[in-house]
Parts: sequence; C-alpha cells; structure tokens
Amino acid sequence: MSIKDKVIGIIAEQAVLEPSDVTMDSTLEDLGIDSLGLVESIFAIEEAFDITVPFNANEPEQSDFDISSVSAIIAGIEKLVTEQDA
Amino acid sequence: MNRVVITGAGTINALGHTVPATLDAMKEGHCGISDLEFRDVDRLAIKIGGQVKGFEAEGRFNRQQMTLYDRFTQFTLVAAEEAMAQAGLEFVGELAAKAGVVLGTAGGGVSTWDDNYRAVYEEGKNRVHPFVVPKLMNNAAASHLSMKYNLKGPTFTVSTACASSNHAMSQAFQIVRSGMSKAMVTGGSESMLCFGGVKAWEGLRVMSKDACRPFSANRNGMVQGEGAAIFVFEEYEHAKARGADILCEVVGFAMTSDASDIVMPSKQGAARAMSGALQDAGINAGQVGYINAHGTGTAANDKTECAAVADVFGPHADKLMISSTKAMHGHLIGATGAVELLACIMALREGVVAPTIGYQEFDPECALDVVPNDAREAKIDFALSNAFAFGGLNAVLALKKV
Repeated sequence: MSIKDKVIGIIAEQAVLEPSDVTMDSTLEDLGIDSLGLVESIFAIEEAFDITVPFNANEPEQSDFDISSVSAIIAGIEKLVTEQDA
Repeated sequence: MNRVVITGAGTINALGHTVPATLDAMKEGHCGISDLEFRDVDRLAIKIGGQVKGFEAEGRFNRQQMTLYDRFTQFTLVAAEEAMAQAGLEFVGELAAKAGVVLGTAGGGVSTWDDNYRAVYEEGKNRVHPFVVPKLMNNAAASHLSMKYNLKGPTFTVSTACASSNHAMSQAFQIVRSGMSKAMVTGGSESMLCFGGVKAWEGLRVMSKDACRPFSANRNGMVQGEGAAIFVFEEYEHAKARGADILCEVVGFAMTSDASDIVMPSKQGAARAMSGALQDAGINAGQVGYINAHGTGTAANDKTECAAVADVFGPHADKLMISSTKAMHGHLIGATGAVELLACIMALREGVVAPTIGYQEFDPECALDVVPNDAREAKIDFALSNAFAFGGLNAVLALKKV
C-alpha cells in the first residue's frame, strides 16, 4: 500500500468515513476531525510509519509539519519517510 | 456560617523548599524550570520541568518511612511540617477528633507505579515490595498527615486533575465554615516528574520544549512542575482567641463543570466558576485586585481564561492584575492551586503581586494586565485563585486581606 493510501486510511478511520470520501484537498475540519482527533491521527501515522512528526498542538501553524489539507499531510509524511530512509 | 482564615502555610517546589524561599523567588521573578534529571530522560522529547532539586529524602525520613512514602507523600510531609509549625496548633481532644485533612493530587504515587512497572515488565521480576499499594495510593499522603498530627476528622483526597488542590481546599473551607471542625489541614501534592509521567504528557502534544510563557503570543505549551503546598485553615474566632498570625481569609469558592469536552477549556465553565466564587464571597467584581490565573501557557487555556475574565469582570478586567506563576514553578497539576495560593497570600499580605515571567509578545487574545516579567507592589484587598482542569472541572477560591 502506498504512503498516500495508508495515510488516507488512517484519516478516514479517525473521521469515521470511507477512504473514498477523503479527498486530497479536504481539510481536517471538513472531515470533522477536531484537535483531539488530529493528535490521535498523528499518533497513528507515527506508529504506522515509525516516524516522529514534529507537531505541537499549541502552535499548529508554526510546526514544521503542514496540516492544512490531506495532500499537505501526505506530502509531509512522504518527506519524513524519505528522510528516515536516507 | 463561620469565617475561615489561614494560619499556617508550608511548601516545597522548584522555586524553594519553604514558603519564604518561594515568595522571595516569586518576587524576583526567578524561573525554577530546568533540565529534568531522572532515569531515561534522554528518551523523552520534553526534557525540562519545574523539578524539586537539592531535596534528599534519605536522612529526612527513616528506612521504614522510605518504604512507605512515595515522593508525593514526602513533599506533603515536608510542606506540612512548615505549615504546622507556623500555625502552632496542637491537635488534641475535641479539636483533633473533628479536624481532618483534605488534599489534592492528580496522580498520587506516579513514580512508585513507574518504578514497579519497570521491575515487572522491563526487568522481568516477578515480585514487588509488599508496600507498593499503600505507597502509591492517592490517599497515602493525606493518611500519613492524619497519623503524624493526630487529625481524626474527615480525611480524604480529591483528584480532579489540575483543579485537585482547589477542589480540596474548597472542601476544607466548607468543613470549617459550616462548623464541622475548628480547623482543617489542606492543600495538594504532585510528583509526576519521572519517565512514565512525562512520557504520558508528551503524547498529548501540549508541552513546551523550551519554556512556559503564559499569555505571550509566542507561548507554545505547558511545562510540568512538582511539589506540594499545605495550609492550616482555621475558624477565625478560634485563631483570634489564641493570638494566631492570620495569613489571609478564605471568603468564598465555586466549582463548576463545563460538561462539554474532555480537554478543551470552556469560557462559560471558567466564567461561571469565577462569578460563583464572587457571589459565594458576597463581593462584587470591582473589589478584586488580583487573580492568580490558571495560565498554563497553552494556546487554548490562556485565551479562554482571558475571555472568561473579561466576561465576568467587564470594564474592571482592564484594571485588575492577573498573573500566572506557572512560568516560574511549572504546572504542578494536582498541587498547582495550592502552590499558587501562596502567590495570593503574598499579594494580600505583603502587597506584592507575582509576575508572569517569560512574557515576550503581546497577544490580542490575552489583552489583560498580566504583570509581565516583574513583580509589582499594589494594595490588594481581594484575590481569586483559578484552577481549570482537564475534564472540564473548575474550582475558584476567593481570598481576602486580613
């Protein structure tokens, strides 16, 4: 399974939606994921890819990790996974 | 209803091992937050805290006591010794039969859990010390205080996360005010600064890696602390008759539940607790000169708290002072309201308002007089002490200069 499909699967599970309902330009807010849901999603992503996501709930916009949309999250995870493999 | 005053105070926390040392540090705007020192700290992302340093339990407590006293109980007993010495009350006869202990703690013996889980899970041991349960239980500290000082009345522990101490002191206040007892010992203790304790908090992603900066636009989270503060609450006439030194009067309290979210704070819940405390004290908003804020340094708490203060106090919100001492001693979780009560006592008794240190950038969502960085002299007649816990449980105390 690709990184993209895995991340979408995690987000869909958190949002209690079908993966097909999670589009690339959706924001977490669109999907009904609140701040607790976000922290849980990030935890699930870290566990799935064995990476550490730099995210502080107090300053989401200042974290090095862009959560503005599903595509931004996927791009961020792809970068972290690549960095880890390197 | 009886009037209730505080006649003894004691503490140990990252700012000092006594009340005078702590108040001096608050006046100087000293920061007690430093690098954490304990096993496996290198495996944590969060490596700072308001840790009590230079405290050696060995030597203060004998071998038998050490097997029964978790660090949170040790802190309690050390703080109580100072409070009881100051109060100078001897608990005998009827007074002892009615007087009890109400303490707050969120985690109780966290390091005892941590140490023994390590032993059985990590080290694969199949046997733990026989006193693990009496050592870690949340009421252990209250019970040891009761035993040490012959306090035979209502004794229990309240656990409401970050509001534990304020809930506990509210109960002690009620017991004395209603006439159930002439005196009560109260306050709170917390010691979560061990690997498991900090690791659990880390998971929530609300901790700062560098500093606690309440109300500052660039705040990035809370910093944990540890320690205890213990008080003797006494009926006013009883205290006056024996010529006790009265530190301040407790005049009201209120407790509310947000009934909305397990972690996100609510402006309404906080506001109802503050206005309830004013109402219970029979004072109006304009009389309050100082609020010791919950002020955790998280994005959510500080703006919500400021909005709640603005709602309750109206135009007077811009005239009163509100500071968070957590930037100095860290967030002591279940003990935090107790240590912060010391800042209220200092404001009322000495006319010195503790600062919010670490303040760097103005935040329009926290546009109140947060006493940035430097302590200030002011005559304060009434003060509030706020505590707003995870779980949406709020407790606010109202205090008066005597």
